[in-house]
Amino acid sequence: MPDVLVHLDRVKKVFPHQENAALEELTAQIMPGKVTGLVGPDGAGKTTLLRMMAGLMHLTAGTIKITGLDPIKDTSELRKIIGYMPQKFGLYEDLSVQENLNLHADLRDVTGHERKEEFQHLLKLTDLTGFTDRPAGKLSGGMKQKLGLACALLGRPKLLLLDEPGVGVDPISRRELWQVVRELVSQDIALVWSTAYLEEAELCDDVLLLSEGRMLFNGPPKAMTSRLEGRCFQLRDVAGSRREVLTRVLDRDEVLDAVIQGNSVRVVLRRNADKPKLEDLQAGPKAHWVPIPPRFEDAFLDVLGVKPPGKSPLADHLENLKKDGSTVIEATHLTKRFGDFTATDDVSFKVVRGEIFGLLGPNGAGKSTIFKMMCGLLQLTSGKALVTNIDLKTSASKARQHLGYMAQKFSLYGNLSVQQNLMFFSGAYGLDGEEQRQEVASMVQIFHLEPYLKASADSLPLGFKQRLALACAMMHRPDILFLDEPTSGVDPVTRREFWTHINSVVEKGVTVMVTTHFMDEAEYCDRIGLVFRGKMIAANTPDELKKMVRTEKNPEPSMEDAFIELVTKDRHEQN
Amino acid sequence: MNKTNTKWEAISWRRLKALCLKETLQIIRDPSSNLIAFVLPLIMLFIFGYGINLDSGATKIGLLVEDQSEEAHRFAASFYGSKYFSVLPAQNRKQLEDEIMDGTIRGFVVIAQNFSDDLKRPGNSAPVQVVTDGAEPQLAAFVQGYALGAWQQWLSQRNLAQGMRAPGQIGVQPRFWFNPSAQSRNFLVPGSITLIMTVVGALLTSLVIAREWERGTMEALLASPMTRTEFLLSKLIPYYVLGIVSLMICVLVSVFVLGVPFRGSIFALFLVSTLFLLTTLGAGLLISTLMKNQFNAAQAALNLAFLPSMMFSGFIYEISSMPAPIRAITYLFPARYFVTCMQTLFQAGDLWPILLRNSLFLLVSGLVLIGLTAHFTRKRLD
Repeated sequence: MPDVLVHLDRVKKVFPHQENAALEELTAQIMPGKVTGLVGPDGAGKTTLLRMMAGLMHLTAGTIKITGLDPIKDTSELRKIIGYMPQKFGLYEDLSVQENLNLHADLRDVTGHERKEEFQHLLKLTDLTGFTDRPAGKLSGGMKQKLGLACALLGRPKLLLLDEPGVGVDPISRRELWQVVRELVSQDIALVWSTAYLEEAELCDDVLLLSEGRMLFNGPPKAMTSRLEGRCFQLRDVAGSRREVLTRVLDRDEVLDAVIQGNSVRVVLRRNADKPKLEDLQAGPKAHWVPIPPRFEDAFLDVLGVKPPGKSPLADHLENLKKDGSTVIEATHLTKRFGDFTATDDVSFKVVRGEIFGLLGPNGAGKSTIFKMMCGLLQLTSGKALVTNIDLKTSASKARQHLGYMAQKFSLYGNLSVQQNLMFFSGAYGLDGEEQRQEVASMVQIFHLEPYLKASADSLPLGFKQRLALACAMMHRPDILFLDEPTSGVDPVTRREFWTHINSVVEKGVTVMVTTHFMDEAEYCDRIGLVFRGKMIAANTPDELKKMVRTEKNPEPSMEDAFIELVTKDRHEQN
Repeated sequence: MNKTNTKWEAISWRRLKALCLKETLQIIRDPSSNLIAFVLPLIMLFIFGYGINLDSGATKIGLLVEDQSEEAHRFAASFYGSKYFSVLPAQNRKQLEDEIMDGTIRGFVVIAQNFSDDLKRPGNSAPVQVVTDGAEPQLAAFVQGYALGAWQQWLSQRNLAQGMRAPGQIGVQPRFWFNPSAQSRNFLVPGSITLIMTVVGALLTSLVIAREWERGTMEALLASPMTRTEFLLSKLIPYYVLGIVSLMICVLVSVFVLGVPFRGSIFALFLVSTLFLLTTLGAGLLISTLMKNQFNAAQAALNLAFLPSMMFSGFIYEISSMPAPIRAITYLFPARYFVTCMQTLFQAGDLWPILLRNSLFLLVSGLVLIGLTAHFTRKRLD
């Protein structure tokens, strides 16, 4: 067995003016020849730990030894054996691929013959040989990521630290990157991969699972998921409203967690608990249980032991809108060009009342552009966008009265208090007087915001920020809700809670349009539009999309498999 | 601060060269750098060269002649005849007061009733009231000065005509040295070059470093074997060259397009500009080590470098007419010394005692700023 490369011993970090430690007494070891996943939701302490290993931050207490070197005392020695890729890849966008590589080679004293060899090797490894003259800013997300990796690899580091390399990258590029990573660790590099996607944990050899600065688990992911062997089931062929079934499932004590997966409900049971009786769940005559393998996320929820709520009081607050099957959102031949770049290319779709329609695709695919056009925030180049039969081109502000909009990263006023945010957004949507006061009061009650009323929005825990953002979008009782990447970087518990709210308002007849790059999240949608490079390459129910790529070799394709397969097929048809 | 933080490692020329090359490529490819370094200076030069004119031209004044004597009218005529004033005759004092209140006139002159009577008395002291709008001190001083001059000239001519010399009268003959035509352009343009150098030095550098923080490239650099010295030099050198190129363009345009005379030597210009750029680059670097986003950096650069260069450098507002505390503050801003140098070089030539004295101040402030930057630059993120 090879020697341990990194010793983390009771590593602690407390930032000034903050009560809670960003990292709490973390002890672990990192081995060469392995991919160590630093896994956890935003704010778990992943970046802080990486930065401390790279010698970019001081430790409050504890020690880090990397091949016996201290990151702070032996900085200059250590820099020679560490490769570090920060978030956003740390590339110079106006320099070409080759110029970026040259810079990093010079910084690391890679010269002469060795330099030539390494360039050749890295360009081949990352598949960038044909793009050396292209400015880094003009590369796709996946290529940027690989270039960032190549730059970090110059000088043959022993320890490679990658901070969220999977963010903003489409599933195809992510798969390609994992192949590169596998090749690297076979050469005995120790690779640390930080991620907020729990499913990525399953690809790692070792996992350090973090949550709010504490380490919940350290070891191979299998050791974590195997604990849940025999506790994961899918309730298939659900008839009637799967959202109502989900609520009933979550109400059961024996259930730890449940989520919607297309037309099925995925259930994780508590330890030593039996499956709920089918007749209690009223899932229809054909409903039946199928055992499925546990996922890392299940294990995470098991460790936390928190159960997401099944019902949302938000629903009681809304009147019933008639689900009459009428079309409320309609896009026909939607096209948007920025200069010679076509961000949205001839996209058409319809959404009926009480439906959740999802736009799924990697960052930069054009989801947000479609979205902004449908909210009347962006002018169309050509085509037509109708919301409740109102043309957004002519009367956007009239249509907007029907819309609730929750932007990426919540877009709250960070230095206003919770109360002030609620007052502002309700006022902005035209509420005033008694009506406004009542509406704000009921939101405070529904989302349990009372203890935080005077706190600034910035200081809220992530889950509460999300509640507040949703409250702000709901106060004028919109019949259509637009959610732009509502749960990226959010921990699974908060994400489930959020979807409980959404599911309940949909049951009341609110129409929801959501963008996401989470394959899992797409499963909550009634229908999904797959967006790739400005085009909608497929639109269907999650189950149908998966069925389209079902093969003998892969009888149970995941949403990600479906996405990759459909994109690849689309590319072939193009050529 | 940790002890290892203060240790300065040896410079690697390869790394420095690579960093400078990177910076140069970025300058060349970034349209906003080119805009700030080359287009903005030209626009500013033309604004200060043509758009802003501090020469007073025809100032509106009111004139009330209460004395109906021939002498009073003759004196009044000397105002009407002036190309510096357009004179609005008034009927009474009330009218003058109203007009100065509503801004129609900048000042007024009253030739009192007893003007000719008093004039006849020995001593030649006749009452002429001059009231000016103190809200604009420069203009007020001008009206006052002109009225006095007109009076003295008229008096001496009158005495000459009467064949006698006024006892004890001092003749004032204005002579402008160095800027014989007294054109404001000739001192505004050298002053505006100071502003331009401030923008190129402070604003541009602070912005580019803030951008490195925002885009995450700074973190990648910090995690590499690069040292602080190398980083600071890699920002100083390319932007120094850029500043000098920008300066050369400004000087050439000033001299050959705007027709502002340049009487100094290129060497002296080069020397003082180098020292001044050291201070503005230092200020830019200092700002950017403290501010890590472009918006804050731009705000800080404008308020700490640009505005003081405009207000406290003596380029537009005469330092000697500032109140003592403000005057004391002007000594803190390097722009003050550079404006003096530039105006000297353009209008007077290589006056080494002045240039050297100011250069010394520039050198000291440059070293202080860069020293502070070096002190505050961290090799870590916290």
